[in-house]
Amino acid sequence: MHLGESTRECEYSQISTRSSTPMETPYKKKTPKKRKWETFPGRNRFYCDGRIMMAKQTGVFYLTLVLILVTCGLFFTFDCWFLAEQLTPIIPVIGAVLFLFVIGTLLRTSFSDPGVLPRATPDEAADLERQIDVANGSTGYRPPPRTKEVVINGQTVKLKYCFTCKIFRPPRASHCSLCDNCVERFDHHCPWVGNCVGKRNYRFFYMFILSLSFLTVFIFAFVITHIILNSQRIGFLSALKDSPASVLEVVVCFFSVWSIVGLSGFHTYLISSNQTTNEDIKGSWSSKRSKDNYNPYSYGNIFTNCCAALCGPLPPSLIDRRGFIQSDAPQLAPPTNGLPMYGSTQSQQSHKVATTPLLQQQQSSEPVILSPENGASLPGRASLALGGPCTSLPLGQPTPPASTPSLSCHEATDLLPIHGHPHNHSHPLQEQLAHHHFLTPEEVPSPPGMLHCGSPLGHSHTMQGSFYNPASQDSLHEDSVRGLVKLSSV
Amino acid sequence: MAETHSLQDLRHQAAVIAKVFIQRDYTNGTLCQFQTKFPSELETKIDKQQFEETVRTLNNLYAEAEKLGSQSYVEGCLACLTAYTIFLCMETHYEKVLKKIAKYIQEQNDKVYAPRGLLLTDPLERGLRVIEITIFEDRSLTQ
Repeated sequence: MHLGESTRECEYSQISTRSSTPMETPYKKKTPKKRKWETFPGRNRFYCDGRIMMAKQTGVFYLTLVLILVTCGLFFTFDCWFLAEQLTPIIPVIGAVLFLFVIGTLLRTSFSDPGVLPRATPDEAADLERQIDVANGSTGYRPPPRTKEVVINGQTVKLKYCFTCKIFRPPRASHCSLCDNCVERFDHHCPWVGNCVGKRNYRFFYMFILSLSFLTVFIFAFVITHIILNSQRIGFLSALKDSPASVLEVVVCFFSVWSIVGLSGFHTYLISSNQTTNEDIKGSWSSKRSKDNYNPYSYGNIFTNCCAALCGPLPPSLIDRRGFIQSDAPQLAPPTNGLPMYGSTQSQQSHKVATTPLLQQQQSSEPVILSPENGASLPGRASLALGGPCTSLPLGQPTPPASTPSLSCHEATDLLPIHGHPHNHSHPLQEQLAHHHFLTPEEVPSPPGMLHCGSPLGHSHTMQGSFYNPASQDSLHEDSVRGLVKLSSV
Repeated sequence: MAETHSLQDLRHQAAVIAKVFIQRDYTNGTLCQFQTKFPSELETKIDKQQFEETVRTLNNLYAEAEKLGSQSYVEGCLACLTAYTIFLCMETHYEKVLKKIAKYIQEQNDKVYAPRGLLLTDPLERGLRVIEITIFEDRSLTQ
């Protein structure tokens, strides 16, 4: 036993030098440890070493910030003195409190993780694929899009498979095409806030728009008061000339009030009925669909719904942004950096067992012995095993990324229409039904032993109409066109 | 010749045979619950009762984390009033329960699963999507 162990240990060290391809050495030799946010596969931006997480396009967020800061700055500089003297000094105090609350909630909404679901590990993805193939049965024709039905509190809900994240999305989750992530309890992507609004930051978003409504109305009211009081003394035109800033504030507030107050009202309704913007727009739980259509997530009364949304427990972030990548198991490389798929296949197992596939590869004298009971009773499971014959596949077939169609058909789902507000949460509504891709062995980003030994090639080449690189805007556009066609056929 | 394995032995020396994934159970909505159905791959490895007990305890712990009660409301209101800065000093109820869960899984691995050549992975490391059970090669048979 000891001899075997020591030989094995020798072989471990042999393997680790032989197995490091030029592609992998950057990961293995890098002494400063990388944090997980640095290899995050979504299209997010991280700041402050992973503490802050935002969407890719943040221009409109800065606009929001500037508008708020400038308007409030002008208010405190020009109007507050007059109001504090003439009326009461409490006015600037209340203004300051509201202002700080608005900024605090805005930053909290923009900088926090909305509830992003991490993508499936290769093992999970392979396991799901196998289950779906077993369920679908025969090959040779394109099966319908992958969905699973589940009954929640009496309502049948369809769970869709996300091709990008390779998971069945939980109920109420949706994939944001702008950030390229699945987000739990996805409400919408807000460009004003520069982030998605989902389970983890919905309450901050609501507090933001609510407090901003109060602030806008507050400033509007008191600036008008200032002008009126002043014009009683020195005349209207002189009053305007006296504080030109007030005119600017009135204009900004006037246009903001309609959209922001309207939006607050809309979200108050959504919270009290426990719906997301997504569900409301699609009319998922509307009684117009069918007589016994109701919202299975609602608690039944407005008070509980509000409390649950605003004061309920705050779930933690599921993507460990600031955690360190395990040095002996580099993270799955993000899809766009051109690494061949197989080179990253050893990444998701965080123990030394990750090197065993190649261990089996290199020395034919000691294959992993499948325990007989496993092998006999579960032929499907055996394909997960790191058995001898299967391991020869990946090394013989380095993936040519450009030529093989992507296994992750990028779907832009559940985007929202402009809902009557100039506030511009503007995305056309497109229900995308993803294509079903069969995977070629070289595409499945899983450890070599995880592939089917039996029938990999049989069902692998039916990729009509598929395309590569889900991250590109072209594919997004194609997808949206396809999605419209699909929508009409459903 | 060791018939039982310690957790360290498993991780450093044994080879992975297979991985079983226990999926989420959404019949009660979006609460974090896992299916208690006993997977066939584990039939020879572990007792059905033991497995169901583990999953049921985990489900109860997650339900406790997400429970809407007076404690969570008080915490929520306090957080709102302090503009959520209070979370800089104290951890949320959810986080406290997650720590409890991590300890429970560690304990289960040490006492029940590792001796049988299995390893439970904390669902938090898998985005609360699955409970991953790794089946290791049973070295006592190969020696």
